Amino acid sequence: MTQLEFLNIVTPFKDKVFRLAKRLLVSREEAEDATQEVLIKLWKNKTKIKDYKNVEAFSMTMTKNFCYDKLKSKQAQNLKIVHSNYQDHSVSLQKEVELNDSIDWVGKIMETLPEQQKMVVQLRDIEQYDFKEIAEMLDMNETAIRVALSRARKTIREKLTNTHNYGVK
Amino acid sequence: MVLNNIENLLEKYENGETSLKEEQQLKDYFSQETVAPHLEMYKPMFSYFLVSQKEQFTKQLPLETKKAFNFKWLSVAAVAVLMLSIYVFKPNNLGGTSITDAEKVEINNAKEALAIMSKHFNKGTAQVGYLGVINKAGTQVDYLKEITNPMNRLFKR
Repeated sequence: MTQLEFLNIVTPFKDKVFRLAKRLLVSREEAEDATQEVLIKLWKNKTKIKDYKNVEAFSMTMTKNFCYDKLKSKQAQNLKIVHSNYQDHSVSLQKEVELNDSIDWVGKIMETLPEQQKMVVQLRDIEQYDFKEIAEMLDMNETAIRVALSRARKTIREKLTNTHNYGVK
Repeated sequence: MVLNNIENLLEKYENGETSLKEEQQLKDYFSQETVAPHLEMYKPMFSYFLVSQKEQFTKQLPLETKKAFNFKWLSVAAVAVLMLSIYVFKPNNLGGTSITDAEKVEINNAKEALAIMSKHFNKGTAQVGYLGVINKAGTQVDYLKEITNPMNRLFKR
């Protein structure tokens, strides 16, 4: 397989891999490294690519596992996984007002979700995979995915309602 | 779009029961400028989803350099091995003609034997040199033929 062929296979979903990694690792740089790592692993195993029945789903699973390992090794080192790409967001009310349309706020709410829910929301609401594909990627059954998704969506809505009512603005 | 419909969809949405198509309807609805005031809080949520969809992986994949490097180092290694092997094995080949003591003795013996032989040969050729004298004598014997001439003349006439 030539490099060009490989890139043709990989290009349609490399952004999705990156976004999933970023969802889990939060930091942009780490997500980039993770994506690179995953794609290079694929490239090294390029002879086997034809055997995978769904390269995209396979890559997403690889990404998930890779990020889990990353997170685990960090916990083991007792490091706190704080990687905000933003400035300190609790400084002043003034700053919070500037959070445009509270869109960024949604991102922060999502950071507080459990990993599994993060991924489900990411894959469903952002990447728009159907449940069958998500089930394959995350190795879960569809009911469990629906439950996780429902919980995540409700949490986000509740927290948004709170900020809406108490007025971040 | 009927507000009622949207509310129904939202409920289904929160229970995780909407299809991708229905979710797209919701996204379309909430990307409008104005939404029903009591649904305002959903707006950032759906716009966040739409924004995050656009994030891209911009880092360059180092596939090419990696591959090229491999080849480069391979050739470097090949050349190194080649040169090393030439360097190591060539002196050994020359060294292969070095002579052991036992062989030296044999060679000396052979030399002596050859020397004796050539000495005798030289002696022989020196003696053969006398054959030249015989040749000389042969030419002198030719004068005897002259003698036969007058004798022929004597007998025939």
